[in-house]
Amino acid sequence: MQIVFDHINYIYSSGTAYERHALKDINFSIQKGEFIGLIGHTGSGKSTLVQHMNGLVKATSGHIYFNGEDIYDSRYKLHDLRSKVGLVFQYPEHQLFETTVFNDVIFGPKNLGIDKLGAELRAYEALKKVGIGDDLLDASPFELSGGQKRRVAIAGVLAMKPEVLILDEPTAGLDPRGRDDILDQIKSLHEESGITIILVTHSMEDIANYADRLFVMNHGELIMNQSTKKVFARYKELEEMDLAAPQVTYVMNALKENGFQVPTDVTTVTEAKDEILKLFHR
Amino acid sequence: MIRDITIGQYYPTDSILHRLDPRVKLIGTLLFIVSLFLFHSFLGYIAVTIFLFSIIKISKVPFRFIIRGMKAILILLLFTVFFNLFLTPGETIFKLGFINITKEGIKSAGFMAIRLTYLILGSSLMTFTTTPNQLTDGLEKLMRPLNRIKVPVHEIAMMMSIALRFIPILLEETDKIMKAQMARGADFESGGILKRAKSLIPLLIPLFVSAFRRANDLAMAMEARCYRGGDGRTKMKPLKYSGRDFAAYLVLCAYVVAVISMRMLEKRIG
Repeated sequence: MQIVFDHINYIYSSGTAYERHALKDINFSIQKGEFIGLIGHTGSGKSTLVQHMNGLVKATSGHIYFNGEDIYDSRYKLHDLRSKVGLVFQYPEHQLFETTVFNDVIFGPKNLGIDKLGAELRAYEALKKVGIGDDLLDASPFELSGGQKRRVAIAGVLAMKPEVLILDEPTAGLDPRGRDDILDQIKSLHEESGITIILVTHSMEDIANYADRLFVMNHGELIMNQSTKKVFARYKELEEMDLAAPQVTYVMNALKENGFQVPTDVTTVTEAKDEILKLFHR
Repeated sequence: MIRDITIGQYYPTDSILHRLDPRVKLIGTLLFIVSLFLFHSFLGYIAVTIFLFSIIKISKVPFRFIIRGMKAILILLLFTVFFNLFLTPGETIFKLGFINITKEGIKSAGFMAIRLTYLILGSSLMTFTTTPNQLTDGLEKLMRPLNRIKVPVHEIAMMMSIALRFIPILLEETDKIMKAQMARGADFESGGILKRAKSLIPLLIPLFVSAFRRANDLAMAMEARCYRGGDGRTKMKPLKYSGRDFAAYLVLCAYVVAVISMRMLEKRIG
């Protein structure tokens, strides 16, 4: 078990008029190398949950274990945890501040106390991984396009070489091309270096394409924790939480209702294509 | 972390004070602040104390919440007391080396402490019970006569309400950027003063950039809705005095009379 959440509760501004129970008794464990999708409507506690994973927010009660160690132990160094659990925030391009793209990406590894050459090497590798070319290394991060800025910001976290990479809605506000680029890069990162990925998103299509297992949050509670297919098979429950299954799942369900013998646990377009073709070749 | 600053915040609850016209509260706060500086003996502060604490009771704002806001000005308060205590010339009571505490010093330090505390309590009570929008509406209406001498009252009020509106947004943004940089290993808490000041750069630059972006967006949105200043502009919720506002004015008058008579009594005694 890489990450274990044990009865985590979190209460915002406790004791004031703004008090809110943001997380209610959250329990789960994540294995090394998994690709987890985290879904839930706005305000369901997704962002709060991921901020617990690298110790940015401290739970009101409960324990979190990373690689078997209690991160709330007074001897545990949170600084180390943050280098191992990389968190890419929503609209990460808003955190860029340096004069050049390259300098901005170096910020992370430099904070880890890595020597100049090592930090530069990591930054260069990270920028390559997210597909930023050599011609942009010396550009000001404020001159780039939205998609490029975001990739630079993701590289800033990747350069710390985390064991777990958490992305909070990495594709929000991007065009379809930019969205696919980023998600494909995340996927190849997952396959090549075997790091654990936790992807928070509102897009059911994205998550069906990439995640093995899904966490579904609703009003601060972890409602479902199952494989992607099993979660989307419960699409009626998802709808009650203002969520939905991918469009193709609905298509397959409609086909089935109209007498076509297709499986209904299909979540991606490719799978759906294969199943439908199979039907006609029979 | 940054959200814990309660001073100047609005505290949403339903009390008579919350429902009062903002103009009453503004005038009341002004009168209260003036009354704080009237007295030169502790006796006089009895009326002020009674008034302040009954208002706090009526406001339904938890005392704990108010006190939490006071923590922010504790250092300022200590400074004032310190300087008044040690630097007021007069009849010496206690002397140790260069430290010289005088009778007048103790007296003026005590007054300063009371005045400052009550001043902050009184004015924060106004912000606790009045939304920023109401507050600027009230100010605009109260300052309306100044329009005649070419003071751009509406523009000032609009700038104020935008500035007030942006405080929580920028606080939230600061919190977010701080967390994002901490996730990249930034350290805002340790090191000497120079190192700490330097560590703020990754926080301040994105914050400025986002403040300018937001200001730009807002200007655009206002223009898109045909905003063109105050002339001929109507209000969705025009301010109107009701019965309870007149009653509140009566209470204020009673308070002023009480304070003035206390002052006269004080003069006669000594």
